Amino acid sequence: MTNEASQVSSVPVQARSIKDFLNPSVRDIKPSGIRRFFDLVSTRKDVITLGVGEPDFVTPWHVREAAVMSLERGKTQYTSNAGMPELRDAIGAYLDNSFQVEYNPADEILVTVGGSEAIDLALRALISPGDEILIPEPCYISYSPITVLSGGVSVGIETFAKDQFKLTAESLKKSITPKSKVLILCYPSNPTGGIMTYEDWLPIAKVVEENDLIVISDEIYAELTYGSKHVSFAAIPGMKDRTILVSGFAKAFAMTGWRIGYACGHPEIISAMLKIHQYTVMCAPVMSQYAALEALTNGLEEKDKMIESYNQRRRLVVQGFREIGLQCHEPQGAFYAFPSIASTGLTSEQFAQRLLEEANVAAVPGDVFGLGGEGHLRCSYATSVASLTEAIERIGNFVHKLK
Amino acid sequence: MLGISEFQLKVLELLHEDARIKPELIATMLDVAVEEVREAIAALEQDHVIVKYATIVNWSKMNDEKVTALIEVQITPERGRGFDRIAETIYLYPEVKSLYLMSGAYDLQVEIEGNSLKEVASFVSNKLSTIEAVLSTKTYFILKKYKQDGIIFEEHESDHRMMVSP
Repeated sequence: MTNEASQVSSVPVQARSIKDFLNPSVRDIKPSGIRRFFDLVSTRKDVITLGVGEPDFVTPWHVREAAVMSLERGKTQYTSNAGMPELRDAIGAYLDNSFQVEYNPADEILVTVGGSEAIDLALRALISPGDEILIPEPCYISYSPITVLSGGVSVGIETFAKDQFKLTAESLKKSITPKSKVLILCYPSNPTGGIMTYEDWLPIAKVVEENDLIVISDEIYAELTYGSKHVSFAAIPGMKDRTILVSGFAKAFAMTGWRIGYACGHPEIISAMLKIHQYTVMCAPVMSQYAALEALTNGLEEKDKMIESYNQRRRLVVQGFREIGLQCHEPQGAFYAFPSIASTGLTSEQFAQRLLEEANVAAVPGDVFGLGGEGHLRCSYATSVASLTEAIERIGNFVHKLK
Repeated sequence: MLGISEFQLKVLELLHEDARIKPELIATMLDVAVEEVREAIAALEQDHVIVKYATIVNWSKMNDEKVTALIEVQITPERGRGFDRIAETIYLYPEVKSLYLMSGAYDLQVEIEGNSLKEVASFVSNKLSTIEAVLSTKTYFILKKYKQDGIIFEEHESDHRMMVSP
């Protein structure tokens, strides 16, 4: 050991606690309220759960088989960073056919590890420190934490049951400041089941244009609409270049565990996202890419059957809540009902906790989804008719006991 | 019989999944009046599209000693009436649980249930084989039923989802 080295090591250093090594913005992020509720539910037996945010179908057999076949044939290597060309072609054709949005598979489509990675990439590619990110709420729980992790400031915009939880141009305008950069949209909505029609989008598009915003449109539930077909924000005139369309296979094709999704947008943005993607994950898992390709090639009919089944169960739960006397706006997308429990005088957390303890039904308290969620309960109807019927009966008895 | 409408098909699918589902619930799920559902069901019963509301039972759980066999039967079809009259002769026996006309190496597949191996064997030799048109039979005993009418008999975990997820 040289003198110099021994000198350095002898300098007294105040030892840090392990926690002090953490990046403060990571350390200060609160664990999601869903996580806390999950821990509570897992301690109990014979619970009927309406708390699950994924389809109750198993991935269609032919899709699973395609993945197995790809493994048998030894297709176990990296793919191109942006995803297999044939999968990008299939995604391009699918989006064009289904939602009338055209993307060039060569440089406008990026295959990601679930829609979640696509949202992360988009925010990281766009945010400079201090940028404000507009997020209509109640919404999926990840947008705000990822915004903060990327150095942005998340600005919630409350939406209301009286508007069927649609985003209105007025409330959007009120939240805009000179620092506003990105608007995150998620329609059909988790947790409210709200959707946006073409007419609903037009005034929003106008505000987006006037204020020079860019939009991340999370359309993961696009296939799950009831009554009217989903309208992509990218399909609104003038919006395509300003929109990063994010979607995936999880909800429409019952493929949550495969972690496979995609982002589409302007080549400049997609290539920026691709840079982060190639340095962090290289490429989406190859077997999942083969499964996704099969889903788009041969899975559209089975997908339609699943959607019909959700629709039937949607009517069952909405009717059920209304008969109990809980106000429930009619969800027109996704697989969630978002009834109001305000009439019981309990907060969402109190209601959900007591419902679990006294009636053995799990549903997620609305407040975990941000502004406007308090007073509501997210109930997933992606579960069997028998369970739904029993759950509604238990909730009914519980509510009547409260009165 | 009138053609089956898309609405009737949906009613049938729900009943096929659960024969005890109430017409009120079907009406809610399909967003129609309950009278329409009742009428559709009545018509389907009338037309023998709905044949019976039966229960699928896993008899082996009842310590049931019954023996089931599948029998492949080759027959000579009758002039003018094909297989139907011979099929009728066979399906009228109460021991016969199901009967299908098959394509391929044999003609009829007969499912027989009996109280013992002996009883089934005796049915084959005394009743089935003695029918004049029957040329040959091959009997296969069923050892275990795993799945019937799309329903898996073994208790198995079918929902692998976490109880709560975002």
